[in-house]
Amino acid sequence: MAFRGFDFLPHGTKYPFISFRKMSFILSGLALLASIGLFAANGLNYGIDFRGGTLIEIQTPGTEPADIGALRKKLGGLGLGDVQIQQFGTPRDVLIRIEEQKGGEEAQQAVVGKIRGALGDGVTYRRTEVVGPTVSAELITSGTEAVILAILAVLVYIWFRFEWQFSLGAVAALVHDIVLTIGIFSFLQLEFNLSIIAALLTIVGYSLNDTVVVYDRIRENLRKFKKLPLEQLLDLSINETLSRTILTSVTTLLALGSLFVFGTEVIRGFTFAMIWGVVVGTYSSIFIGAPILLYFGVKRDWSGIGGSKYKDPSMGKST
Amino acid sequence: MLYFPRWKIILIILTCLAGIAFAAPNLLTKEQLQKIPDWLPHKQVHLGLDLQGGSHLLLKVSTEEIVRETLESVRDDARSRLRKAKIGYTGLNVQKNIVRVRVRKAEDLDAAYAVLRKIIQPLAGSVFTGAGGADLEVSKDASGAITLKPTTPAITERINSAMAAAMETIRRRVDEMGTTEPTIQRQGADRILVQVPGLDDPQQLKDLIGKTAKLSFHSVHPSITASEALSTTRPPGYDIYPSKDGYAREYLLNKRAVVSGEDLVDSQPGFDQRTNEPIVSFRFNTKGSRRFGKWTQNNVGRPFAIVLDKEVISAPVVREAILGGTGQISGSFTVEGANNLAILLRSGALPATITIVEERTVGASLGSDSVNAGAMASIIGLVAVIGFMIVAYGTFGLFSTVALAINLSLIIGSLSVLQATLTLPGIAGIVLTIGMAVDANVLIYERIREELRAGKSSINAIETGYSRALGTILDANITTFIAAFILFIMGSGPVRGFSVTLSIGIIMSVFTAFVVTRLMISWWLGGKRRNAVELPI
Repeated sequence: MAFRGFDFLPHGTKYPFISFRKMSFILSGLALLASIGLFAANGLNYGIDFRGGTLIEIQTPGTEPADIGALRKKLGGLGLGDVQIQQFGTPRDVLIRIEEQKGGEEAQQAVVGKIRGALGDGVTYRRTEVVGPTVSAELITSGTEAVILAILAVLVYIWFRFEWQFSLGAVAALVHDIVLTIGIFSFLQLEFNLSIIAALLTIVGYSLNDTVVVYDRIRENLRKFKKLPLEQLLDLSINETLSRTILTSVTTLLALGSLFVFGTEVIRGFTFAMIWGVVVGTYSSIFIGAPILLYFGVKRDWSGIGGSKYKDPSMGKST
Repeated sequence: MLYFPRWKIILIILTCLAGIAFAAPNLLTKEQLQKIPDWLPHKQVHLGLDLQGGSHLLLKVSTEEIVRETLESVRDDARSRLRKAKIGYTGLNVQKNIVRVRVRKAEDLDAAYAVLRKIIQPLAGSVFTGAGGADLEVSKDASGAITLKPTTPAITERINSAMAAAMETIRRRVDEMGTTEPTIQRQGADRILVQVPGLDDPQQLKDLIGKTAKLSFHSVHPSITASEALSTTRPPGYDIYPSKDGYAREYLLNKRAVVSGEDLVDSQPGFDQRTNEPIVSFRFNTKGSRRFGKWTQNNVGRPFAIVLDKEVISAPVVREAILGGTGQISGSFTVEGANNLAILLRSGALPATITIVEERTVGASLGSDSVNAGAMASIIGLVAVIGFMIVAYGTFGLFSTVALAINLSLIIGSLSVLQATLTLPGIAGIVLTIGMAVDANVLIYERIREELRAGKSSINAIETGYSRALGTILDANITTFIAAFILFIMGSGPVRGFSVTLSIGIIMSVFTAFVVTRLMISWWLGGKRRNAVELPI
């Protein structure tokens, strides 16, 4: 029993990726600047996890669409400060966001009671989240710490497994991906909440995964072709792994795309961040992570390096 | 690479079968589960509150209050000991985290120091820390001041026991609500996490756990009213207490309680037989009923006040001596209010004020929508990835999708066995794993194709494909694992659930993609003439 697969991907390609480096560096540099600028100017649309406040998701009964105007009128008069009302998913679903109340945790807790009192029992309360000032401050710190810690940890791992040049290159690609993700969230003013931090950390994982695969091949080729100019060697390595890079991106995007389309509204921000991260991460491992090695002066003599735990298969046993 | 000793084959197959066996209960309903024999796995994946609906409350216990109370009791102890020893003192007070006192006469300093040192108690200590040391440091200085400072271990012990007591009280209160399987856990130094599955509206829960519920009975000052006390001087030992309905009325009460809530043994909601108003009836223990009986006997015709959390909820007049040890509180309650108060009194007082710092409630409908949408997304994602892999790699693609299916059952089986909580982001983690799990196979197969193009024989290509891809697969997955692990340490709640599924997914996918597919290819090759075999990729 056997049936053949279609080898529809390009093989033996010789795209001169590295020669695009000026262009890709300028492009990425601009995108990074834009992201930082947007973040500085617009900030992020923090969800209540980080800003504190109350979020209530309601659904109207039957098939009648929710009357946002009427809701706004009802809730505007409660004296709760800034109340945002927004349709969320189907026309029956409404998301209500109330800013953090002055007067500490207790005032914060009173909000839900007031809203429920005003809206009555005619609607279904799908979700209620109240985050007080103590917790939101902690979540900001722990979220930032988590991302920085993750970057440092992989920096050390790659340093240990490869060489410091690779470590720096991988982190450059990584920071690139994270900053661009924050940039797109700032640009589109999508809600930035705890699950986006989870997405950022997963992007850290994915982006590295991609970069490490390319680096692995570079290391292998460094051992194999001791005389090949570095630029050509990098190009060769990227081209050799290109089919895998594309295939894996496609399968991951297929899964994520399915989650984006069929998943609930609650998870959509997370999925969006992941999809963006996969696209940017794939780009950066080819156009940032690899070419940047040119500037770090990668060591060329890899013979007898203790850092490689795996036998160099090019000299390996014949089977 | 392609040769497997028999024991390895058995081990691999057993692992896969175990995954399937432990994942299988998730396909059954609760009723069906009860019918299957006991020796079969029963555990299902534990759904997080965001998927099954329910209420999550994060509470903060005021540790400052516990520290202050510790200091106040040290101060009271110091006062009574100094008085007993007839040593003149001045300025005995609590400052930040110490108690200070000054002796009136310099020559008393050593005597006072000796007396106050008697307050020091040894700490219980534990198996781990050995002998406990002292609970208090007492020091004197030349200016005639003595400082008493509770030691850090003493404070920690006080806070720990208060936290344990608070959790116990909260558990009793939550249990009174008759909800199923609430979890109450301590989080960090001063937090308690309460999770109640299936609870749509946590208002009553919040009313119940937010109250300290310190109940006490006080005598009202016989002649001076609160407003008089405000305008002139306050008689010593008395204090002004607001009534429950705001500050409209105030009472001047003796600070010393006649009886307190600790002496209650039971309390029940009910109705007054004459007025039909909701009331709360209670019963004292022997000590409480003796004290209360004696006091009411001596104070017939005078008012007394029932104080709950420093607010007067009722101030009736003693009509006759109450000797039976039972009584009732009527304080214009609603039925619900009376019910809640009875629960609070039954469950006892909290050792310190509790504030709710985070609430997350998900309705059951949203939960099941999320599960359905998640399942839908997983299935469609899975089908898409399977289709793609089969088109790209033919028979070998089919092998990798079989591995993917085993991978999924291993993930679900592990989650069931570990009783890890599956959250909505956790489902996202699984979907992501579906996409990324085949990465290892893509790496291997692409490598095999490369080796074939380089002119190697089929067997050779497979061998080198697997062995060369291994390093890359490990590096790539370890980095992702590091990120997931950090997320596990730093994250909380649903995000943590995501990191758990992602980590398990990474481990299982390396196993299935690298080991299981290799075994399948080895079997597939087994039936063929080794030198002439043509690979389907």
